[in-house]
Amino acid sequence: MDYLLTDEQKMVKELAHKISEEKIRPVAAKYDQTEEYPWDVIKVIADADLFGIFIPEEFGGMGVSIMNLCLATEEFSRACAGIAVCYAASALGTIPIILFGSDKQKKRYLPDLSKGKKLAAFAVTEPEAGSDASAIKTTARKEGNYYVLNGLKHFITNGGDAEVYVVIAMTDKSKGARGASAFILEKGMPGFSFGKKEEKLGIRASSTRELIFTDCRVPEENLLGREGMGFIITMKTFDMSRPGVAAQALGIAQGALELAVKYAKQRHQFDRPISSFQGIQWMLADMATEIEAARALVYATARMIDAGIKDIAKESAMAKMYASDVAMRVAVDALQIFGGYGYMRDYPIEKYLRDAKITQIYEGTNQIQRNIIALHLIKEIAK
Amino acid sequence: MNIIVCIKQVPETTEVKINPETNTLIREGIKSIINPFDMYAIEEAVRLKERFGAKTTAISMGPPQAEMALREAIALGIDEGILISDRAFAGSDTWATSYTLASAIRKIGVFDLIICGKQASDGDTAQVGPGIAGHLDIPQVTYVKRIEAIEPSPSEVKDKDAGRGWMRVERMMEEGFEVIETSLPALITVVKEINEPRLPSLKGMLRAKNTKITCWTQKDLDLDPQDIGLAGSPTQVVKIFNPPSRSGGQILTGEVDEVAKKLVDLLRQEIISN
Repeated sequence: MDYLLTDEQKMVKELAHKISEEKIRPVAAKYDQTEEYPWDVIKVIADADLFGIFIPEEFGGMGVSIMNLCLATEEFSRACAGIAVCYAASALGTIPIILFGSDKQKKRYLPDLSKGKKLAAFAVTEPEAGSDASAIKTTARKEGNYYVLNGLKHFITNGGDAEVYVVIAMTDKSKGARGASAFILEKGMPGFSFGKKEEKLGIRASSTRELIFTDCRVPEENLLGREGMGFIITMKTFDMSRPGVAAQALGIAQGALELAVKYAKQRHQFDRPISSFQGIQWMLADMATEIEAARALVYATARMIDAGIKDIAKESAMAKMYASDVAMRVAVDALQIFGGYGYMRDYPIEKYLRDAKITQIYEGTNQIQRNIIALHLIKEIAK
Repeated sequence: MNIIVCIKQVPETTEVKINPETNTLIREGIKSIINPFDMYAIEEAVRLKERFGAKTTAISMGPPQAEMALREAIALGIDEGILISDRAFAGSDTWATSYTLASAIRKIGVFDLIICGKQASDGDTAQVGPGIAGHLDIPQVTYVKRIEAIEPSPSEVKDKDAGRGWMRVERMMEEGFEVIETSLPALITVVKEINEPRLPSLKGMLRAKNTKITCWTQKDLDLDPQDIGLAGSPTQVVKIFNPPSRSGGQILTGEVDEVAKKLVDLLRQEIISN
């Protein structure tokens, strides 16, 4: 399939592919086992300028391109979705600053983020506020030139390892969803600490921690946008970042398919390679076709965003939902092709199944994505 | 400091296939890459540039598509690429190649250090680097595994014969290493122990795409026509062939004493029959 990529997009893909094969695949099993943060790979990605491909040129990046972000994330995920999400989660934490940051805030944070000198994270989820983000309890009380934050965020990807955090907190509880605001926090601010690191089923190279705010004083110039914009910022950020999760799912599916095809050719039963059996062939054909369909949707959505089209919530939700469902189906079938070996940790395929699952859950469960899609369909009809 | 890196484009395979009629390598259908040992030469040049500041130039002699290898070197941080390409150079052996490259380096003019990979993965001769130093009449150190110290001539000294620069390097031996000091300009060939080559950067790749590669042909260089190409190559390749694979052999089984006796008998017979 020719994806009609521009020269620059081809370069990003080629470079990310090289990193993936030479620097990520050899260490994927190690980080999956140890759950250590893959700083050595992060440095390679940073040196390759790939933290700059979603950041404007005037702030040290190479221009905002969600398509480039998707291509890089997909390639990394082919080899290890855990390492890929360390990268993609920094993009997620950076996007709200790009979209809503003041010039001063952008100058302060984007140059280091674009060079991968610092990583970012985005913090919305709380123990009682998952799909219902309006239930968040973290508060931000204005006191002179500061906001004082109190509360707890959890399941925060890059939590503890990132330097820059965009945190959603309630500035006015009485207004409900309209009373939320977004703040830029830095690691090391007094009153900002980290709780336990989660042990996870998959994406184990990435870190997931609690963020704890105890009378954490944040200067008022760190308010992102205006008071009350917290939810708009969250929604707009997710609209732009969901294709990245979709690309992660796509990479997992592609990586699993490649392993399955290779294995089917090598594995002999009944005196011939199992790839000669129609039952296996049809599984592979379905996997490959679904992956291409998902890829078409993801790339089309990324291109829409890069073309500056504003209303992308529906397409973005579709891409994330469909690609992650495909990733899960493909990972299950790929493991099936490996048979008993596939179930064993000595073989790389079971990791793809463990890694795929999260893509159906985070950045909005796939049930929430379907809500978003349906809501837009109904709204469009009403117009 | 001015550094020149000599690189070669080679087929990406360790199992080179040979055309039995022409005695040349079959390159069709095989992806071309920079000779893996030259990657260490490029990396060392870029590291020296990052530490001390330097202008780095990569040169390659080969067919027009060798331009891709030069662009790849630029993507890795090399400043400029010069391709030495002409039909007249076809069939050059290591003598004619090093003669031609030396002439190109003379044309570049000012340089402190020439870095080559220890050998190419296709020809495996390890002669071109030393040959260049010979033609240029400058010191050479082969199999360098570390540049311990380097002090180039002050930049205002344009005369390359001023010889005020020097360096100290470690030269890999079969057991241990030698420490060698030499004046600059000099040529070194490097082994893979010297560094770990980096991957290209996106900015580097974009620069590589937009950089013009200079191409010098026979007429751009001061060359004696008798010394270039096939005619200028004293090496005659008479035949290239894959050595026949050895057949199974014979395995003796039984008690040690018995087997030893049988083996001695067999060896005796073998010696007598030959």
